[in-house]
Amino acid sequence: MATAVGAFGGADHAASKSGVWSWITTVDHKRIGILYGVTAVTFFLIGGFEALLIRLQLAEAESTLIAAGLFNQLFTMHALTMIFLAIMPLGAAFFNFIVPLQIGARDVAFPRLNALSYWLFLFGALLLNSSFIFGGAPDVGWFAYANLTALEYSPSSAVDFFALGMLVLGVSSLAAALNFIITILNMRAPGMTLMRMPVFTWMTLVVSFLLVFALPILTVGLVQLLFWREFGMPFFSAEAGADPLLWQHIFWLFGHPEVYILILPAMGIVSEILPTYSRKPLFGYSTVVFAGVAIGFMGFAVWAHHMFTVGLGSIALAAFSASTMLIAVPTGIKIFNWIATLWGGSIQFTTAMLFALGFVALFVIGGLSGVMHASPPVDTQQQDTYFVVAHPHYVLFGGSIMGLFGGIYYWFPKMTGRLLSEGWGKLHFWLMFIGMNVTFGPMHLVGIDGMPRRINTYDESMGWELLNQIETVGAFIIALSVVVFLVNFFKSVKSGEPAGDDPWDGRTLEWSIASPPPEYNFARIPVVHSNEPLWDQKHPELKHDAPPVIAGGADEGAEESIHMPNPSYWPIVVAFGTALAAGLVIVNPWLASIGAVIGVLGIYGWVFEPAGPEHH
Amino acid sequence: MTTNTTAHESHLATTTGLDHRKLLMWLFLASECLFFGALIATFLLYKDASVVGPKPHEILNIPVTSTSTFVLLTSSLAMVLALAAVQRSDVVSARFWIFATAFLGATFLGFQVYEFYEFVIHGLTPKTNVFGASFFTLTGFHGAHVTVGVIWLMSLFFYSFKHGLPAEKSLDVELMGLYWHFVDIVWVVIFTVVYLIGSLEPPAT
Ligand code: HEM
Ligand SMILES: [Cu+2]
Repeated sequence: MATAVGAFGGADHAASKSGVWSWITTVDHKRIGILYGVTAVTFFLIGGFEALLIRLQLAEAESTLIAAGLFNQLFTMHALTMIFLAIMPLGAAFFNFIVPLQIGARDVAFPRLNALSYWLFLFGALLLNSSFIFGGAPDVGWFAYANLTALEYSPSSAVDFFALGMLVLGVSSLAAALNFIITILNMRAPGMTLMRMPVFTWMTLVVSFLLVFALPILTVGLVQLLFWREFGMPFFSAEAGADPLLWQHIFWLFGHPEVYILILPAMGIVSEILPTYSRKPLFGYSTVVFAGVAIGFMGFAVWAHHMFTVGLGSIALAAFSASTMLIAVPTGIKIFNWIATLWGGSIQFTTAMLFALGFVALFVIGGLSGVMHASPPVDTQQQDTYFVVAHPHYVLFGGSIMGLFGGIYYWFPKMTGRLLSEGWGKLHFWLMFIGMNVTFGPMHLVGIDGMPRRINTYDESMGWELLNQIETVGAFIIALSVVVFLVNFFKSVKSGEPAGDDPWDGRTLEWSIASPPPEYNFARIPVVHSNEPLWDQKHPELKHDAPPVIAGGADEGAEESIHMPNPSYWPIVVAFGTALAAGLVIVNPWLASIGAVIGVLGIYGWVFEPAGPEHH
Repeated sequence: MTTNTTAHESHLATTTGLDHRKLLMWLFLASECLFFGALIATFLLYKDASVVGPKPHEILNIPVTSTSTFVLLTSSLAMVLALAAVQRSDVVSARFWIFATAFLGATFLGFQVYEFYEFVIHGLTPKTNVFGASFFTLTGFHGAHVTVGVIWLMSLFFYSFKHGLPAEKSLDVELMGLYWHFVDIVWVVIFTVVYLIGSLEPPAT
């Protein structure tokens, strides 16, 4: 329907589109996916650079390489960058590129809204990072606890950059989540019931619902934070009777679901990769789906396990401890299903498969340390030590990042029509896998030994230097692995082996069409009879009652009747106005109206964008 | 079942049978529930926590707010009549009821401005205490939603002179209506929680 409100151009325009302007105005979900991916990898490099600086500072006891203030900015921006500007948008890159293909759709439900999500993400990310130039980046930790964020303790505008940047990113994610829910619910090919959707699409759906329900809670917290700082409203001022714990409750009510927002896409990717290279269907498809949904629901019930040491009272402690441990159940179910998928399969150890296996192994370690600090007395010991740095890194790096890299190796051929080199890929994997364990493994030890997180230096007599040096070496091995990836990436984009439509002998619909797919994806919309439609078609002997009716190939005459939405520059105008308004609030709240006016004019332009010649 | 669905059919027929835009509005409103939920929760936490006055029961003026609540609820009725008029292609009454909805919404906003002004005079600003901060934020955001609604209604009103309001366009009005009714329902919750419950004198401790 949104596409009907916009204008339509014939598919024949599609071929002639190139150049910067065509990317700025694009509403093609595949191009937006590529924009998301490239931007996310760029921020992954920036976040990695920040990590290296942190590790360099800590490699030596009493080091003076990086001043304490800058160190605080680095670890805060490293976390914000990795979580919100690398992992989430890399997930979004795959939602954009792959989900419509997996459900047999020509596009997403709201193509221009989709473009808006990307531009808001980009401008929000730039806003957050521009703080490095304008008086200092956020330095209060990624969860920015009150009262550290009070004007008296954080007089610079760093915290305002945090709040406003996050608000813009939040709008971006909310718009994207709404778009994907509607796309998945409303635009599935005939016959694709919910229980025939690929697991990756399912996890996209769960993540999108998590965003829709978690983000508004964060929005409220950020608004309170801004009003507190900008207008002196005493939301977190204890002397005025306020409860600074309000911030923690609100933040983690968003923040815990957020960690599932970070991991579920990777779980979805792994659930696609393992069956493909084991040449077996996913074991227990429906349990994997239900476990994913259950994790989503339970994610909202455990937030206070981030607050065990603030004095919640024993009943709350017990409840949140129990609910946290319960999450291990669906998580464990998934792991068993993955292992059972491998069991007895004829496994191909491609790079993508290695990353998926690495994901399973490392995620188990991270999950186990999670269960450990789900116990309040244990957590009291571990809280704010390097042990808690190790845990999220095993799940976020060993889990999310490994899973997402697996996705890159798996779907790169579909996106570009070329294969990434397997040799370089395996080198990338092994360096990354080793480097990751060398970096984060010793953090468990030094954490148990009491090294606090977020200190910028430590005394030599503590005996933490050796382990820290090992960690720093590990960090550089990871950096090397990323360089290997980049070399592989650029070489393969230019001169990789042609991939063909279905290089992995895939099972789902995205492999039934050309690589890279034409703008309209499917010349004919396929009809689906199982959760592995392409596999059924290739192996009719396995299925008794499913007529093979996938029609992905070009079809004479059919293409002329396909109408795709026209490019539009209104999304970038609206995004620019919004981010400008947010940025100007820091200078002066009244100035922000300049950005707001641009944004509102953009919305009117958008709504009244003239319908194209073929509009009816 | 045929294998060939043309682009046009696939835009119109959705898997669930629900229109994209309607689903978008429902989901957006679901997310708004959590937004207002968090604001209301903050208010409940803070309503009696202030270390200085005025406290809710000393300042909230139930009769005045009851009147403005009545005005806002009436606007929902006008919205229903507007949609009904569009659906029977009665442009003139549709226009009238859209304008009436906007007018009643604006009247509600007038009441709110008056209320805020009165409170400030009596010494309650957003900065005075935690009650003031959470009260003005909650009701202020509700007012902002009403303002957006009024602008949207007036845009629709002026649009109708240029392009008419054919029955096929009824979805535009329906979406507007969903939003408007939601904002009204939220107000009913706010009125109950903030004004009726919130103004009860807290038990002496
Ligand atoms: C699924 C992927 C997961 C991700 C992405 C993740 C991420 C995180 C992050 C970022 C933190 C650090 C919070 C902070 O900075 O204080 C954290 C802490 C924590 N996680 Fe996880 N986690 C995951 C899984 C789990 C699981 C499976 C459990 C338990 C069953 C768990 C239990 C905990 C607990 C109890 C803490 C609090 C530790 C403390 O603050 O002392 N997590 N997690
Ligand atoms: Cu958590």
